[in-house]
Amino acid sequence: MKVVVDMNKCQDHGQCVFAAPDVFSLDDAGHLAYVSDPDDALREEVEEAADVCPLQAIRIEV
Amino acid sequence: MSARIVVAGASMAGLRAAEQLRAAGWTGAITLVGDEPHMPYNRPPLSKEVLAGRAPFESLAFRPRASVSDVEWRLGRKVVAAELDGRTVRLDDGTELTYDGLVVATGMRPRRLNCPGPRAGRHTVRTLDDARALREELIRPGARVVVIGAGFIGCEVAATAVGLGVAEVTVVDPLPLPMAGPLGELLGRALRRRHEERGVRFALGAAVAAFTGEERVTGVELRDGRVLPADVVVESVGSVANTEWLEGNGLDLSDGVLTDAWLRAGGRPDVVAVGDVARFPNARYDGVPRRVEHWCIPADTAKHAARTLVAGAAPAPFAPLPTFWSDQHDFRLQSFGAPVLGRQDVRVLDGDPEADVLVGYHHDGRLVGVVALGGQAVAASAARYRAELLKQPALTLS
Repeated sequence: MKVVVDMNKCQDHGQCVFAAPDVFSLDDAGHLAYVSDPDDALREEVEEAADVCPLQAIRIEV
Repeated sequence: MSARIVVAGASMAGLRAAEQLRAAGWTGAITLVGDEPHMPYNRPPLSKEVLAGRAPFESLAFRPRASVSDVEWRLGRKVVAAELDGRTVRLDDGTELTYDGLVVATGMRPRRLNCPGPRAGRHTVRTLDDARALREELIRPGARVVVIGAGFIGCEVAATAVGLGVAEVTVVDPLPLPMAGPLGELLGRALRRRHEERGVRFALGAAVAAFTGEERVTGVELRDGRVLPADVVVESVGSVANTEWLEGNGLDLSDGVLTDAWLRAGGRPDVVAVGDVARFPNARYDGVPRRVEHWCIPADTAKHAARTLVAGAAPAPFAPLPTFWSDQHDFRLQSFGAPVLGRQDVRVLDGDPEADVLVGYHHDGRLVGVVALGGQAVAASAARYRAELLKQPALTLS
């Protein structure tokens, strides 16, 4: 699975971190970091992360 | 005839309901009915990026999951009546739809002030079309703006207007501080200072008596006799639930649609309510049913209600951890938990109300909510309390 976050849209709300902590995280300054090729077993939580992104900045490709 | 679920309302809550019905295993037909002409879109940018002219529709539209590519959209159509015993709804063009399951997702509309005076020049911000119409007037050179209501929408619109270069922006509210209802005094004072430093004026402790002008509004007359000159007025004074179409079915519609802890309305197994129109008990708190107008609620309620409708019941009573935020000027408010339940005992957890601050709200000495005000670092620090709030046993209010 390939995850793409539009970093021009992302405003570091961190809702994705709560939904999919294995894929998304906030660094000490509160800025988003993420795994762009997570295991397919994590699909459900990544889909949820995409749903709850306030900026709708997360896209799942295949 | 094949099985069908009708989703009344085609905004975020309706879309998420359709997606979650599929995720819960519903393979029958789904029909969404929505009165706006647009596909579901994200509303928070309306009071910010859309007003500021920085967000075309494509950037607001939700990307529906592939699982709902086969659903039927009836847009620009409104559900006007329901006969729940007969499992039928009627649309504004006279069409009748029968259903096996009904999702109530008709949301809210802005409350309007019932004061004498002209209507032209007075705006609300709920839909994309509202925001576009308001923007047209905000960008007229020299426009003077009065915002009525210092809540989320009012404060955001005032901030955006100042950002657009509007020289005179005044916010009117009957309370003594902005956002004092949800946040209390300490943050209310901090917010007021931040807004004033950035050019927003306030008329607080003030109520609107009338609008002046003939064809079009020229000012806002307050009950104390003052008149605030205005070319544009924004009314952000709360909202009204769109539930008239459900009348006559024995439901409690006194403030939205009353549901049980599984989001069923009127005890009916085939009718659920989602989004901000649903008035549900939260098992995390005192069990008092409340409507919640937070952005996360459509997705949370949709997931729970879809399982109720498809599988008969969700695995546990509904118990979401409330979360909200608000972006104003160059700062953010970020909240987790239920600060409103702890307004009597507010403590600074970190920082300084004169700068970036993290505030804790307590009930009987127990932390029930945190709110950060300031930049990204303090907002992220609020998130560190989220796990603690999630772990807590249910709160019994004294």
